Amino acid sequence: MNWLPQIFSRGKRYDDLAVSIQEHLEERMEELMADGMARKQAEQTAHREFGNIALIEQRSREVWHWEKVETLLADLKLVFRRLRKSPGFAVTILLTLAIGIGANTAVFSVVNSVLLKPLPYPDANELTALRLDAPGAGGLSSFSSGLRLSTSMYITFSEHNHSFQSLGIWIPGTANVTGIAQPEQVRLDGISAGVLETLAVPAAVGRWFSDADQDPRGPKSVILNYGYWQRRFGGDRAVIGRSIQVDAQTRTIVGVMPQGFRMVDNDFDLLLPLAIDRHKQKLAGFGFNGIGRLKAGVTLQQADSDLAHLIPVWMDSWSNGPGTNPHYYEIWKISPNFLPLKQQVIGNIGSVLWIVMATVGLVMLIACINVANLLLVRAESRQQEFSIRAALGAGRVRIARELLLESVALGLIGGFFALGVAYAGLRLLVAIGPADLPRLSEISIDARSLFFALLVSAVSGLLFGSVPALKYARSRNALTMSGSSRTSSAGRARQRSRDILVVAQVAMALVLLVSALLMIRTFAALRNVDPGFADATQLETLSIWIPDLLVPDPPAVARAQKQIADNLASIPGVDSVAFAGAVPMDGNDPDWDLITVEGKKYVGGEGPLRLYNYVSPGYFHTMGTRIVAGRDFTWDDLNNVMPAMIVSESFARESWGSAAAAIGKRIKKYDSSPWLEVIGVVEDVHVHGLDEKAPPIVYWPAMFYDRFGREPRMDGLRTVTFVLHSRRTGAQGFLGQIQQAVWSVNPDLPLAGVQTMQQLYSQSMARTSFTLVMLAIAGSMALALGIIGIYGVIAYAVSQRTREIGIRLALGAQKSELKWMFVRSALMLTGIGVVIGISAAALLMQGIKSLLFGISPLDPVTYCAVPLVLATAAACASYLPARRAAGVDPVEALRAD
Amino acid sequence: MVRESEHRDLFPGALEIMILQSLKLKPMHGYALVKHIKQASEDMLQVEEGSLYPALQRMLKEGWLDAESGISTKGRPTRIYRLTEAGRKHLEQEVVSVEKMFAGITRVLAIARA
Repeated sequence: MNWLPQIFSRGKRYDDLAVSIQEHLEERMEELMADGMARKQAEQTAHREFGNIALIEQRSREVWHWEKVETLLADLKLVFRRLRKSPGFAVTILLTLAIGIGANTAVFSVVNSVLLKPLPYPDANELTALRLDAPGAGGLSSFSSGLRLSTSMYITFSEHNHSFQSLGIWIPGTANVTGIAQPEQVRLDGISAGVLETLAVPAAVGRWFSDADQDPRGPKSVILNYGYWQRRFGGDRAVIGRSIQVDAQTRTIVGVMPQGFRMVDNDFDLLLPLAIDRHKQKLAGFGFNGIGRLKAGVTLQQADSDLAHLIPVWMDSWSNGPGTNPHYYEIWKISPNFLPLKQQVIGNIGSVLWIVMATVGLVMLIACINVANLLLVRAESRQQEFSIRAALGAGRVRIARELLLESVALGLIGGFFALGVAYAGLRLLVAIGPADLPRLSEISIDARSLFFALLVSAVSGLLFGSVPALKYARSRNALTMSGSSRTSSAGRARQRSRDILVVAQVAMALVLLVSALLMIRTFAALRNVDPGFADATQLETLSIWIPDLLVPDPPAVARAQKQIADNLASIPGVDSVAFAGAVPMDGNDPDWDLITVEGKKYVGGEGPLRLYNYVSPGYFHTMGTRIVAGRDFTWDDLNNVMPAMIVSESFARESWGSAAAAIGKRIKKYDSSPWLEVIGVVEDVHVHGLDEKAPPIVYWPAMFYDRFGREPRMDGLRTVTFVLHSRRTGAQGFLGQIQQAVWSVNPDLPLAGVQTMQQLYSQSMARTSFTLVMLAIAGSMALALGIIGIYGVIAYAVSQRTREIGIRLALGAQKSELKWMFVRSALMLTGIGVVIGISAAALLMQGIKSLLFGISPLDPVTYCAVPLVLATAAACASYLPARRAAGVDPVEALRAD
Repeated sequence: MVRESEHRDLFPGALEIMILQSLKLKPMHGYALVKHIKQASEDMLQVEEGSLYPALQRMLKEGWLDAESGISTKGRPTRIYRLTEAGRKHLEQEVVSVEKMFAGITRVLAIARA
């Protein structure tokens, strides 16, 4: 390809050509004059014989052109000149497009990063979440994560499976790192052998855990994550071999994982080996996440059936101790239901993201319609030009191409500005997005997003450009040249395409507004749910974990917790303090276990699994949870180990019919344990979020006599969450005082999860409020664009019909009638749009059913309100131009051209 | 392309072959080419200027010709066209294929006549 030098040598070529032709003519003239012709005549003859010099030169030059490219460039130059001449038009269109394409690109970047891209591990499609279904296990098997694995299951699976290259289990947790400055609570993941092999990401420095590290009697080791390594050790590579104190245990650093490495979707500071002692394992303890890497060619179904055979093997191989039935778990109906790991990471966020994507796509369509409308008006004013060009022999393809070129150029320029909008929009999205949005850290604008922006720009350019292109390239009738501007009003056909666009716009705006209003009503319905606690903004929570190595004696743990509570209560402005195993909506379920109600017969002999919480006296008072019947625990109950329980209202109703009937009744854990008396009933608490039903809960005292450990003893909880009721939450110095109060009991205790109940409450609504905000933005944009669209169409109709209006007025038409005529046509279009939109919405809203709460996707209030809003908006939008029509001076109107 | 006595179109590429063949004898400028072809064909072929100059530009672009500044027979500055090595090769190929075509046409005509 020597096209580049050709471009530069072109000038010389043209000169050569001119010289050659000039010489040609002169030589011919000289010859003719030699034959005796007069100079003047010879010149004429030579020119006549040669032909059209300019044309021949032109054709000769064209040899050096790329005709297609150069006419395109010429057209493009015209396009830009025209845009410069009407900056208002250009800016309106570019702004609309920049916002539309930008919003689409931003949302697509999120969809791409979260849903489409593979997880950041090698051959990520082989990675599998070892999810088990256990329909008989009650609350232990949640809908989202299924039944987790026990360590004994892991051992059986990893030793006997034929489907996986490697598999392992991991569990997130926290630990105290001491010895370096302030004690720090860090996030850790305990991992079995096989986990790092499965994820297959090599260490950045040092190595993975070895078999020796996983030996319970082997060396104590730890792996750092990149962030922690940078934060604590400044990225020093000599850190390998150094020791740190993790929960008072000295551990040697053997490796550092690379930047961006996450344990599935868990961000951590330290990795510890689980170091499972196989001689001490029981069947139970279902708390571990399982992951595996499939062998090449093995499908998930094959892996499912392979491991399904291992469930009986597992029950045969282990036990829960003497006298227990290892085949008890048969009633749980455990079966593997393995998922691609990515699917588990993404969870149910997919539906929200696709809805948001569809929403912004719809807004983009509405924006395109507005742009198409503007272009139509513009093309209309150029109709004479087109007619002249057609008359001079311009092909319709050429005219259509020019119109399309203009719109695609607009699309692409808009797309360029859209990248700025997308970047800003993405930051906004990430900021307001649900805090638990998976793969949040991976969200970015990458090559695929850029390509998407380009595609949307070009396609939308073609889309809104094709409307005027099809319309104007088609009409070749020369009549339009003289006729159009003198007709008394616009022809029906000319108005029709704009009318169709407005109807489409109204229909789409209606769909968006309906979805936005449904979300607003869902939000309101959630706000009306009594969460089971009160004064969320004045409830400060914090978690404290007291490790074995710090306070070995369980009763001392409880005393330390009581001491901390007392210290916290003495802070000025604190009304009451209590603690519990977990607070509502914090994502923790302290425990689930079997509960038998006295006098009831159960299928299989034992009662169902029930959710537990452990609470200190005063917890319900502090949280604002009403005591419906009976009384709260007292410290005397705890100190004297009274066999007392509190249950939730729904538990009481289910078991004994009413709250009052529950007092004095008895329940127990397992068959062989003693009966416990119900002393109180409290209102239901939506512990799993406002949109989840409040589960029946059994409340144990925070200090209790444990008969089921390896030896019976007084026990308490090592991790508890303190709740403070105070008007000073968030006040300056409040947190410092809390810290002092805790450290005055033990200076090695770090605080974790410091947040108000309001934060937890908002988090539990995060998905709803995120969807709400997105749909509300999209809905209001659609409404605004729709109003502009209606306004534009009516205003244009008025301007086109000025003469007709003038005639009507001259003939005695009433001004109010004239106004009504235009408003009526706007309402007509809106009405058609509303009918179409309602049918579309009724179908489409089935898709967001899962996001709604407390209302039907066919909520009548919504379906009445939105058309009313749209009709009002249409009336207002058309009234302004209609008033202008009524104000027309008939004399002026008829005199004008 | 080429004005014939009968105004019949020549096959595509005929003009190019004649230009190449003429320039093979010696480099020439545009007017000289026209005259040369007219004389060589004994006035049967007359090259039209409207075809000549675009054809020359095409052949320059293909690299079959070179153009250089020179002086015409009458002493005026002009551009002299010269056959390049690529042009020489192309001419040989074209001549072979043209001869084949003529041979074929002759045979067909001979049978028709018989």
